Amino acid sequence: MKRFGALLLLSLAGLLSGCDMVVLAPAGDVAAQQRDLLVVSTLLMLIIIVPVMALTVFFAWRYRQSNASATYAPDWDHSTKLELVIWAAPLLIIICLGALTWLGTHLLDPYRRIDRIEPGQPVTQLHKPLRVEVVALDWKWLFIYPDYGIASVNELAAPVNQPIDFRITSSAVMNSFYIPALAGQIYAMPAMETKLHAVINRPGTYSGFSANYSGAGFSGMRFAFHGLSDQAFDQWVAQARTASAALNRDSYLELEKPSENEPVRHYASVDPNLYGAILNLCVERGKMCMNEMMSIDAKGGLGLAGVRNTLPLQYDKLARRGAVFGNDPSYVASICTAEEAAAVSRASRDAWPSYWPAKNLSPLRGAGLLRPGTDSRSAEADTPPLGLLRREL
Amino acid sequence: MPDTLTKFIFGRLTLESLPLHEPIVVATFVAVALGGIALLGAITYFKLWTYLWREWFTSVDHKKIGIMYMVLGLVMLLRGFSDAIMMRLQQAIAFNGSEGYLNSHHYDQIFTAHGVIMIFFVAMPFVTGLMNFVVPLQIGARDVSFPFLNSFSFWMTVGGAILVMASLFVGEFARTGWLAYPPLSGIGYSPDVGVDYYIWALQVAGVGTTLSGINLICTIIKMRAPGMTMMRMPVFTWTSLCTNVLIVASFPVLTAVLSLLALDRYVGTNFFTNDFGGNPMMYVNLIWIWGHPEVYILILPLFGVFSEVTSTFSGKRLFGYTSMVYATVVITILSYLVWLHHFFTMGSGASVNSFFGITTMIISIPTGAKIFNWLFTMYRGRIRFELPMMWTLAFMLTFVVGGMTGVLLAVPPADFVLHNSLFLIAHFHNVIIGGVLFGLFAGIAYWWPKAFGFKLDPFWGKVSFWCWVVGFWFAFMPLYILGLMGVTRRMRVFDDPSLQIWFVIAAFGAVLIACGIAAFLIQIFVSIRRREALADPTGDPWDGRTLEWSTSSPPPAYNFAFTPVIRDNDAWWEMKQASYIRPLAGFKPIHMPSNTGTGIILAAFSVALGFGLIWYIWWLAALSFVCLIATAIGHTFNYHRDFHIPAAEVSQTEKTRTTLLAAQG
Repeated sequence: MKRFGALLLLSLAGLLSGCDMVVLAPAGDVAAQQRDLLVVSTLLMLIIIVPVMALTVFFAWRYRQSNASATYAPDWDHSTKLELVIWAAPLLIIICLGALTWLGTHLLDPYRRIDRIEPGQPVTQLHKPLRVEVVALDWKWLFIYPDYGIASVNELAAPVNQPIDFRITSSAVMNSFYIPALAGQIYAMPAMETKLHAVINRPGTYSGFSANYSGAGFSGMRFAFHGLSDQAFDQWVAQARTASAALNRDSYLELEKPSENEPVRHYASVDPNLYGAILNLCVERGKMCMNEMMSIDAKGGLGLAGVRNTLPLQYDKLARRGAVFGNDPSYVASICTAEEAAAVSRASRDAWPSYWPAKNLSPLRGAGLLRPGTDSRSAEADTPPLGLLRREL
Repeated sequence: MPDTLTKFIFGRLTLESLPLHEPIVVATFVAVALGGIALLGAITYFKLWTYLWREWFTSVDHKKIGIMYMVLGLVMLLRGFSDAIMMRLQQAIAFNGSEGYLNSHHYDQIFTAHGVIMIFFVAMPFVTGLMNFVVPLQIGARDVSFPFLNSFSFWMTVGGAILVMASLFVGEFARTGWLAYPPLSGIGYSPDVGVDYYIWALQVAGVGTTLSGINLICTIIKMRAPGMTMMRMPVFTWTSLCTNVLIVASFPVLTAVLSLLALDRYVGTNFFTNDFGGNPMMYVNLIWIWGHPEVYILILPLFGVFSEVTSTFSGKRLFGYTSMVYATVVITILSYLVWLHHFFTMGSGASVNSFFGITTMIISIPTGAKIFNWLFTMYRGRIRFELPMMWTLAFMLTFVVGGMTGVLLAVPPADFVLHNSLFLIAHFHNVIIGGVLFGLFAGIAYWWPKAFGFKLDPFWGKVSFWCWVVGFWFAFMPLYILGLMGVTRRMRVFDDPSLQIWFVIAAFGAVLIACGIAAFLIQIFVSIRRREALADPTGDPWDGRTLEWSTSSPPPAYNFAFTPVIRDNDAWWEMKQASYIRPLAGFKPIHMPSNTGTGIILAAFSVALGFGLIWYIWWLAALSFVCLIATAIGHTFNYHRDFHIPAAEVSQTEKTRTTLLAAQG
């Protein structure tokens, strides 16, 4: 029996050493710090878990019914001292862990710019962060490098020891952007932008994937992440530039359609406004962008004209049928100028004369009106820029 | 024209909706159909329909409803576990370019159904059933506050289960994961009936759960025997009270959020859509405001079970009753302040994340105190290692590991690397199997003699115990390791061959658990066969401490001929110490609620309504809705709601028990 147990332990040890616990041995500094916190927290908790498990076994054995020599105190049910200990011991552990958590969470906030490349090597002026815009598509990843004007599908590359700033969004449903070797994950969500700051310290090829189930092709939503030397990275960029394809609105709409297990693909050039359009759900021409809509709404909205400002939806990624009792699928049409807004409302008035009284709609639209409780200056200051969702740090 | 007519009659239900192209489903259907026909045939052959209808289906007796809840939980456990073993098999073979044996359409339904069924239709019925059976007996009541409502709640839960089961053979189930996050669950990305099955099954069952919560709160607050102050309630009753408070406060949130999702899907509103001002994050928040308390709804009653079992089998008063009660209350309150820890990775700021992380850790303090209390209950006891106590020890050793990994996941930076990974899966199975399921088995073994008058066979119980415990460790420890290897959940195929060995080990564990389930079924079968040998004529087989052990096994319909007077936490223990003498004369007629079939009829109409809504069969939906309302109103004119058990009958029942007890000496 004993030998069998030893054999089992040995084979388990063999198995464990054979596997690559990337979470416990990452190649990026952020993931390494997260790993440290994980290990320290576990050790901290083991201080209490191990004695509890040992005591459970010991008490169960010691006070078994057949052991008549053990003390039996059937009415003993209270001890203030013991109660103090059993509440205080976990409390102390949690106080330590809570402090660690507070510090660690702020220090490792994915939105916070990293301040060191490695332990003892702070980020300096010389480190120019690599910006990457990440889009989770059904079911592949699109990476846009705004500084280089290139893009890739299902392949990500970055130079080692250089901060990387990720901006992350999704085209349709929720995904989670995760490269275990590099840093913790963060969700990719449509019409929302999340951020991740990280650095890779060791060259190599690591796996990245979506960590949130997103539909049929989810299992194949994987990509390779290459940590490259500066030179190799330049080569990679140069090679991407030789690709024939260009990523513009039209080719993006093709790419965006659901597909599974997509091969790696590069784009030699990228429409610089594309990422903003994806984020604001207005890649299709004629669609109003979310940030435009939000700034119009912040000024009081389009009023009743806004209700009419929709057009039937032709295409929405999957076969969209609309709700059975709802309106036909539609989208908010873009309005760039006040004149065009007026034109839309005029057009609606002509189309539905009985419902649409002819009168000045500017108060309803709220154009030029102050929001309640604001003076003129702050109202101006409050006006969100059109790039509301793309605000830079 | 016939086309329009067909569409009117069948909505979007067509022959293509039947999954005839899925051989696995067809085979299952054939097996279920044959089994079902055999069962129905047997019931007809043995002329059991009238008996079932009179004694069980229309019963408002809390004990019978409790037992029916347990049967429902057991049946659904078999379904939920079939899903589990199919997933394990798929993940164990889908390597090296193999697609496994399940396509994504089927596999994605399986993991969704597994989660939904295990939480809503296995754990919830088991827990509710246990509370239903035990609580009135523990507080010296003759039934719950609203016996008809109890029957209605039960049948609504069954209705939800029927809808989920129907989705296996008619149409499909959701392919969204068990919480159906939009936009994936919106009409744009899930246009088929799967999510509609999900919504209406949960809505129908949710009505039952909420009402049963209200019922049990009222029962515990208003129907305790004289002398049983709040601080003299048995701990299981305390934890049940807290659980039902959680149910009543959180299930309406689930109902509301699913209604909003239904509105999005049916009338084109934009609560959770990407555009038109919708916000899917709102759904995620709302569903977890229900979802986190739900976890405590499941575990709290089992904490109560462990308290009863530890104290009974250690032959000792529960250590630290007061701190146990306060720990339960603190957990109840804190469980509302932690929901965001389910989505640290959705970009909340560091301060928000730390707040929710730390509140989560704080919950481990009262939970830790509970573990210590059980530990010190064992200390200086005389521990009898009967089956319930074995489950309790297995729980204590297993649950602390799950608790530790839980606190680890509450540290946001650690969660960033472990969120949605198999580590998380291992963690919550560690607490749900190691806590809820082990507790249920402890509870079933503990109260079975009370319910049926004979103990469960210990041999097969031990076989089941060891298969479950060892199987659990084999099935889920590899998942912890895989999580640390960066493997995420809900994957169908893998490209890294080095992972395969761990999935094979996990699959082996699942097979062991299957043996555990089989042994449990055999145990029930064998125990029924050997019921004479295992009989418990005393009504107090374990030398119990709380009131339920003062009655006969099974208890008479009226539970207590005279309402007991309580002078201690361990009421029955104290009565035994004080040489309590059963009253043998002076019985009075006992006022009892009458049986009614309204509950099952209302639930049947609700299922029809749900089915109509799922398949867009509007005439069916409208008709069943009208019938539902009409039946409910009709029931208010039912004046035959109660009757009296004559004193002579009570006297006769008690005399039988006296003879039985006398035979024991």
